[in-house]
Amino acid sequence: MTTRIVELRRGILKKNDELAAGLRQRYTAAGVLVLNLVSSPGTGKTAFLERTLRELKAGGARAAALVGDLETDNDARRLAASGAPVRQINTHGICHLDAEMIGKHLDGWEGVELGGLDYLFIENVGNLVCPSSYDLGEKIRVALLSVTEGEDKPLKYPTLFNSADAAVITKIDIAEPCGFDRDLALKNINEIRPGIRIFETSSKTGAGMADWLGYLAEERAKKIEV
Amino acid sequence: MHELSLATSIVEAVTESAAAYPGAKVESVRLRLGALSDVVEDSLRFCWELTVEGTPLAGARLLVTKVPVVVHCARCAEDVELESVQSFRCPRCGEPASELKQGKELEIESIEIDDHCVEQTSEE
Repeated sequence: MTTRIVELRRGILKKNDELAAGLRQRYTAAGVLVLNLVSSPGTGKTAFLERTLRELKAGGARAAALVGDLETDNDARRLAASGAPVRQINTHGICHLDAEMIGKHLDGWEGVELGGLDYLFIENVGNLVCPSSYDLGEKIRVALLSVTEGEDKPLKYPTLFNSADAAVITKIDIAEPCGFDRDLALKNINEIRPGIRIFETSSKTGAGMADWLGYLAEERAKKIEV
Repeated sequence: MHELSLATSIVEAVTESAAAYPGAKVESVRLRLGALSDVVEDSLRFCWELTVEGTPLAGARLLVTKVPVVVHCARCAEDVELESVQSFRCPRCGEPASELKQGKELEIESIEIDDHCVEQTSEE
């Protein structure tokens, strides 16, 4: 038997990667800054995003959101109360969003043109494992963790935290009763992703939101330059 | 994570590539899996066996090259391998290292084909 090796060097998630690259081009052409929010279920992504959308609107920025859940449109309804255009993606069992789902939900989104937006937020399905491998074409991947989840979260999910461009610690208004060790959490985040921008917020009180909004404006300005 | 859909993707990709060598049998498929790819090798092998059963790829072996995480250390001015994914610091000098050079691979490196006595119809 004579055999030979044929080199392929082909990504296994090639299909998603190609679709994501297409989305990335689309976002750049439209001049919209796209963020992918990832966290465990219950971290407070929706509350954080709702607060963000409200504050952006108040500041005259144009933002929209796509929100992923297995079932229900509860999150889309909550977010829509902010006044921003929101569209729900139901995955019916799939544990992450992928580029194909994003593409399909951008098409035919009534009243929304990417070119008319400053920001598009994608709230991923609550999951710190699977979303790490699925590029959605985003410019900024945000990993969120709350003060109730334990300071070692980043160590438990290194792939996801290492892939993030920014981190947000949520629910800081209840940090004290939770016995949250802030220094340890910050240390662990930096151990997995050295130098990452970290925000500490409370969607309830508004604490830390000014810094976060400042960062969004900074990043948006960068995009325009490019 | 998603080993079944990964196995299906691998079968699709290999079948597509092997089409350039009609009549040849695929003996093995070599994958490159990075330490940060979060693929569970045992699960992948199990799903591979299930997926190729009854197809022309039945019997093809899955070979895995595990790729460690390599970061660039600015202080040492070189690329260094990390011993674990619990600390992204240069193991030599301790400097935090944020530049990842390697470790997220999820790819099909090559296939081994047996095309004895079969003419290939395409260029390599």
